[in-house]
Amino acid sequence: MRAREVTRRYGEGDAAVEALRGVSLDVGRGELTAIMGPSGSGKSTLMHILAGLDRPTSGDVFLDGTSIAKLGDTDLTKLRRRHIGFVFQFFNLLPMLTAEENIVLPLELAGHKRDGGWVDEVIDKVGLGDRRTHRPAELSGGQQQRVAIARALVSKPTVVFADEPTGNLDQKTSGEILELLRDSVATYGQTTVMVTHDPAAAAIAGRVLFLVDGRVVRELRECSSQDILRTLEELTAA
Amino acid sequence: MIAVALKGLAGRKLRATLTALAIVLGVAMISGTYVITDTIDRAFSEIFDESYAGTDVVVSGKGADISFQGLTSPTPPIPERLVERVRAVPEVELAMGGVYEETATKIIGKDGKAINTQGAPSLGFGVDTSPGYERFNPLTLESGRYPRSPNEVVIDAGTADREGYEVGDRVRIASHEPVQEFTLTGIARFGDVSSLGTATFAVWEFRTAQKLLHREGQVDEISVAGREGVTRAELMSAIDPVLPPTAQVRSGVAEAQDDKDEISEFTQFIEYFLLAFAGIALFVGAFVIFNTLSITVAQRTREFATLRTIGASRRQVLGSVILEALTIGALASVIGLFAGLALAKGLNALFRVLGLQLPTTETVFATRTIVVSLVVGIAITLLAGLFPAIRATRVPPIAAVREGAALPRSRLAPLAPFVALVLLALALGLLGYAMFKDELATEPRLLFIAAGVLLLFTGVAMLSSRLVRPLAALVGWPARQIGGAAGRLARGNSIRNPGRTAATAAALMIGIALVTFVAVLANGMKASNRGAIEDQVIADYVITSQDGFTPFVAEAGEAARAAPDEELVTDVRSDLGKVAGAAGYVTGIDEGSIEQAYRFEWQQGSADVLGRLGSNGAIVDADFAEEHDLAVGDRTTLVSSSNQKLEIEVMGIYEPPPFYPILGSVSIATATFDRLYDRPRNQFTFINVPGDPTPETSRSLEQAVADYPDAVVRTRGQWIDKQDEDFNRFLIMLYVLLALSVIVSVFGMVNTLVLSVFERTREVGMLRAVGMTRRQVRRMVRHESVITALIGAALGLPLGIFLAALVTRALQEFDVRFEVPGSQLVVFAIVAVIVGVVAAIVPARRAARLNVLQALQYE
Repeated sequence: MRAREVTRRYGEGDAAVEALRGVSLDVGRGELTAIMGPSGSGKSTLMHILAGLDRPTSGDVFLDGTSIAKLGDTDLTKLRRRHIGFVFQFFNLLPMLTAEENIVLPLELAGHKRDGGWVDEVIDKVGLGDRRTHRPAELSGGQQQRVAIARALVSKPTVVFADEPTGNLDQKTSGEILELLRDSVATYGQTTVMVTHDPAAAAIAGRVLFLVDGRVVRELRECSSQDILRTLEELTAA
Repeated sequence: MIAVALKGLAGRKLRATLTALAIVLGVAMISGTYVITDTIDRAFSEIFDESYAGTDVVVSGKGADISFQGLTSPTPPIPERLVERVRAVPEVELAMGGVYEETATKIIGKDGKAINTQGAPSLGFGVDTSPGYERFNPLTLESGRYPRSPNEVVIDAGTADREGYEVGDRVRIASHEPVQEFTLTGIARFGDVSSLGTATFAVWEFRTAQKLLHREGQVDEISVAGREGVTRAELMSAIDPVLPPTAQVRSGVAEAQDDKDEISEFTQFIEYFLLAFAGIALFVGAFVIFNTLSITVAQRTREFATLRTIGASRRQVLGSVILEALTIGALASVIGLFAGLALAKGLNALFRVLGLQLPTTETVFATRTIVVSLVVGIAITLLAGLFPAIRATRVPPIAAVREGAALPRSRLAPLAPFVALVLLALALGLLGYAMFKDELATEPRLLFIAAGVLLLFTGVAMLSSRLVRPLAALVGWPARQIGGAAGRLARGNSIRNPGRTAATAAALMIGIALVTFVAVLANGMKASNRGAIEDQVIADYVITSQDGFTPFVAEAGEAARAAPDEELVTDVRSDLGKVAGAAGYVTGIDEGSIEQAYRFEWQQGSADVLGRLGSNGAIVDADFAEEHDLAVGDRTTLVSSSNQKLEIEVMGIYEPPPFYPILGSVSIATATFDRLYDRPRNQFTFINVPGDPTPETSRSLEQAVADYPDAVVRTRGQWIDKQDEDFNRFLIMLYVLLALSVIVSVFGMVNTLVLSVFERTREVGMLRAVGMTRRQVRRMVRHESVITALIGAALGLPLGIFLAALVTRALQEFDVRFEVPGSQLVVFAIVAVIVGVVAAIVPARRAARLNVLQALQYE
């Protein structure tokens, strides 16, 4: 996945806000990338554009060689279906479906036959073998997020985007969820982009991008949460 | 607090509008009904006031005054010489004899066929239009002049308009005499009444009218004006002594009032009939409002909690929801009130299409119309909003800060199934009592049935939230097959909030149940009717009047005897009479030939008695005999509508099919009938031809009666088909009126869907993010809508069949059959699907248009 000179402006004229001011980046296959930055830095906007939920004002994003800037809504949706998996902060599961039904939902929407072996493997991987028929209301927050991760993995997407995946969980559960994400990258080579403001979360990433005022201002590789914290302090001080 | 409520309402315009529409239609129906019936009443009042405007008193025949099934026998004519006798009374200033006949005059339209008045009068007048008598003339000439010679005529403006007749045209008119051609010398109307509906009139010069209407030497009425200073009472007591016992004198005012009362009965019937449909629409509207407010209250839980934390009392929360309902109700009622004016026009058009044109004059918009429409509309909205308002007060302040705040479960919720069962038991009790209790007047019976049906619907609606799951699984099956993931999600969505789905479906259920009820019952009645005719009539052909129920002039039957192909022609005379003190139909049958046309099922006596009826023998139908304790050999008195009495002897008792006995309760020989009744009419003329009827035999018979255009020749099969057709037209009218309540339920479905989509905004965002296309979103909403509609159908169809079975059972004595019209019910189910699809259009578009990012971030 590549992004080239992406800008995103909200509003018009004097009231216009530049959320992104020319971001270019490459995400390599099998990489776990974290995007960090203070609130208002444009990290969410960047993720939305990378994931095909929003369109750049200028610049372009290429997913598996396809430019997404000019796609219509239906094509964009189909692109997301095929290439993108999502993990949200608030899980966003459908309350009337069981865990398993939630997991296979993207396959069904795409009208794909489910590969039973793969679905079972994913469910086992996220550790929900005995919770398949439970509904979200009967699951803990951590379990719900596991369902969401399985849902993201099930269609073998080109990239999984995780938007503050631990933002709504306690510390212990967060650790488990992060471990799961790292594990999916390690085991399946699942390319993953995570947006977070939690240095501990970002620390599992092989690569951390720092965004300030709509620009990528720093990049760290293989760093600890202390490194990240320090960098953040530096950047906000400056 | 008031400002909060009103601003909240203003912020949800679509919802408020849809909710209001649910009541608008019902209120419009109330106001439209009143406008129509008031206008008809006014039109007739004007006619009658005009008729007697210049008349102080009226001398007319003293009739037997027989009323049966809404028909009253007309007063018999009186000798013309009475006019001179009345003129000779010193108190009398002016007296004029007039001829007025109500059914025999048939104007032929431009298409060569007699204008079918559909049961409305086809009047024939003979009034003396010489100078001085204008004061007695109820008519106003629109153009031309009154007839002066025997071949001139004036007709009513409505007919002239519709048929395109103009002064100077030649118009063919049938009367008691065969059809003749007249020159149209003028066009007239009653006072200011612009249209008589389907009724027609023709005015001849007085002597001509007497001849054409078989009233030579007779008049129907003498209009009298008193001398200056003579009161009506004095005038009446002065005239009374000169009259024979067969005549009477009444004041013009009393006469007009009588006529008005007779018409009021008819308009009252129309009024109640239409108001019943308004009631149904309002009942459905109440469901919709209840449901919408319940959903919005649930969605605004946090808002109410916040209000509570900043100091609003429960009473204030209650007040704010009630105020919302009140505003919606008031707004809707006002709109409905005025929409009623438009609806009145629509209903008039509907009746016209069905050949039931109603008289019109200036539209009447009475205060009563305004008051009733507003009060009923507002009261129903408030009532429907009361329960949701109370629920809103149960929101605790703490809900403001709690994650995922939800409305606390109602304390009464666990009781709901029991309440529903009690309601159902009560409903069945009421229905059973109303239908099977013998001695019960019609009005309380209908009231009990209405209350029973309302309770039944409410009970089923309350229980239905428990049926939503299994029903959704059943009717959602095709959705899952066709709609894939979207269809499956739709099914899931429909059972997420069973109460909501149930209430939405229940609104549609009511309409579908009633339509089904009507269809099933009508199907049974048609079958019974067909069976009854096939059991009784063995003739090849039958002649009836155009409308099929008004008797036609007996001369037409005579004319049929001239047909070359006829093997047998037998007339069935019919008129009102009083036998053993009870009013009913008396028929005159031909002793020698009736048996070849009509099959008797003898209970006492046999076919032999037919030949022996003679001058006082009678055969009586079994029901009448039982009711009046008559057996063969008994004697009783028959009074004819011409006020003649005859002592008759019961010679035979037969048992006709109870659904449609073709003959009257009492039948006598034709010759006897013709002695008792002046100007006898035929109900039927039955004809047999050698072999089977062919197009040739039909043509020759039609030619034979061509001079009597009101007489229509049909084979037995065609006659049955014609009755089915008439019945179907009535059915269509019922369906159109019931469609109103279905439309109201569509508003409810749209409302619920819009609210559900709104509530699931974030979910839609997620689905879009993980790969749901806009098309799939639309499909999901549409399938949910169709599932809801099908749940309504799944509840409504059996409920309607059940009600029809119940009524069929109650009508057992009339031998109403129970035959479920399968194909029609399939059509209703398809209609439900269409309703679902239509209701989903707007909500589906809204859901599909949601911006994914905004939807995802939506709280």
